[in-house]
Amino acid sequence: MASNIVEARGATKDFGTVQAVKGVDLTIAAGELFGLIGHNGAGKSTLFKMMLGLITITSGDILLDGEKVNGPRFRETRRKIGYLPENVVLYDNLTGIETLYFFADLKAVPRKDCPALLEKVGLSHAASRRVREYSKGMRQRLGFAQALLGTPRLLFLDEPTTGLDPGAIRDFYRILRELKGEGVTMVLTSHILAEIQERVDRLAIMEDGGIRATGTVQALREGMNLPLTLEIAGGAGLCEQVRRVLEGLAIESIEEAGNTLHIRLPRDAKMPALTRLATLGEAMRDLHVREPSLEDVFFGYRN
Amino acid sequence: MLSIDFKQIGIVAGKEFWDRIRNRWVLAVALVFTVFALVIAYFGAAQQGAVGFRSIDVTIASLVSLVIYLIPLIALILGFDAIVGERERGSLDLLLTLPITRKELILGKYAGLAGALAFSTIAGFGAVGLILSPQLDLNALFHYAGFMGSAILLGFAFLSLAVMLSVFAADRTRASGLAIGMWFFFVLVFDLLLLGALVVTAGDYGGDIFPYLLLLNPADVFRVLNVFSLDEVRTLYGLATVFPEALSNPATLGGVMLAWIVGPLAVAIWRFER
Repeated sequence: MASNIVEARGATKDFGTVQAVKGVDLTIAAGELFGLIGHNGAGKSTLFKMMLGLITITSGDILLDGEKVNGPRFRETRRKIGYLPENVVLYDNLTGIETLYFFADLKAVPRKDCPALLEKVGLSHAASRRVREYSKGMRQRLGFAQALLGTPRLLFLDEPTTGLDPGAIRDFYRILRELKGEGVTMVLTSHILAEIQERVDRLAIMEDGGIRATGTVQALREGMNLPLTLEIAGGAGLCEQVRRVLEGLAIESIEEAGNTLHIRLPRDAKMPALTRLATLGEAMRDLHVREPSLEDVFFGYRN
Repeated sequence: MLSIDFKQIGIVAGKEFWDRIRNRWVLAVALVFTVFALVIAYFGAAQQGAVGFRSIDVTIASLVSLVIYLIPLIALILGFDAIVGERERGSLDLLLTLPITRKELILGKYAGLAGALAFSTIAGFGAVGLILSPQLDLNALFHYAGFMGSAILLGFAFLSLAVMLSVFAADRTRASGLAIGMWFFFVLVFDLLLLGALVVTAGDYGGDIFPYLLLLNPADVFRVLNVFSLDEVRTLYGLATVFPEALSNPATLGGVMLAWIVGPLAVAIWRFER
């Protein structure tokens, strides 16, 4: 068993004269929940398809659990994979349980495992209903159940929460946490950065066919050295007191919104600023340190 | 080179077949065949002032004319979106991440659709054969079975062409346009072109290769196969004099039909695997 379950070495994909993916080197460790983000056309869907063996690689290599996905042991390799495509469209004529039976047969997974998977994604009540009667969210959940067939070691999830309501999104990430506990590796893409920033172990930011940065969200924040925001609530006159105690520090801006002050400052000024603010005592009613969001980090790397 | 897993082919074929059973496609096509065949069998000679079943030769001659139009159309409609439809729905990518090769997927799709087409052909024409059976001797029944078999082969050949264009077409709209074009070409235009060429050259040029050119059209192969199986039918078509005996051998014609089934399917697999 390879400790890096996904390993890309110089993976490149050319479409004619256009280079969609440019020599990507990437490793994803077993058991990681890994995010792949990038704007439309950044190359993440192409890289995703290269990892899954859906398109041929122009040069370089991608190994899944030490094997090429389309190599001589491709059946064994693919049985370890689960895939949930974006906007999954399954077969309208089949019922939910029949859909799972079909995919289970192709994956050589016993059919008796299917009802439990429907239960897991909250579709037991609709098992015998035709897929054509399913809502978009129900189809997505059925697609997720399909991806979980055969307890895969590696899950590829492309925009997995598209069409799900907030409750279903919460359930979805609960299942991901359970799977992570079982040692399943997950690679997911999402446009909803706020949704994944607290959930992925590491992520890669793709830009123009290459990987601009890889790491934990915190490491990427620190790498960008984006300013932090301190939010302080207090009474009248607080703004003047704050300006006075922070004088001499490299503060970027102080904005007042009602009874709250928003102070933007460099990361290395955080502790000196907090030490000085502590001298204000009860003049402050509340204080929050706001880290830059993943969206800030993403746009920071793009710029 | 990856080995073929026939179980995977069977799973895909089974799904395709039962899909067509469940959405009543098989039933609808079988009913169409039954109704048309019955009408032809009993009213085919109405223009000559006679009503009722006359002979198996005349009935098969009329059925050949019907089947040449109908079966290619049905086969093309059945198969034109086999692959491009999956691609457009987004389910193709999902299927291709499973432990199944592209070759197995296409063969499974073809086998399932071919099964549905064969089943509806047998059910539709078989029902008429059963109705007519009290009036048919063993020889006539044999010829009728031969007609059904050749009709199935004709369907398989056009289904193979349909699957091939479903691999090449960029979307379903283009695939449907290509399917209609293919039907027009093989069923309506091809013979007219050949006849036109013969008339223009007054038969002076290419007369010898004319029978061989007919083999370039599976619909014509089907026609010739049936024409040469029955004496009365051969006379009705008047083709016996122009067609060399070596080519009129059912085994030869069956082989050509088989090539029309295997060829396009092989091209489809080659393209799909690239």
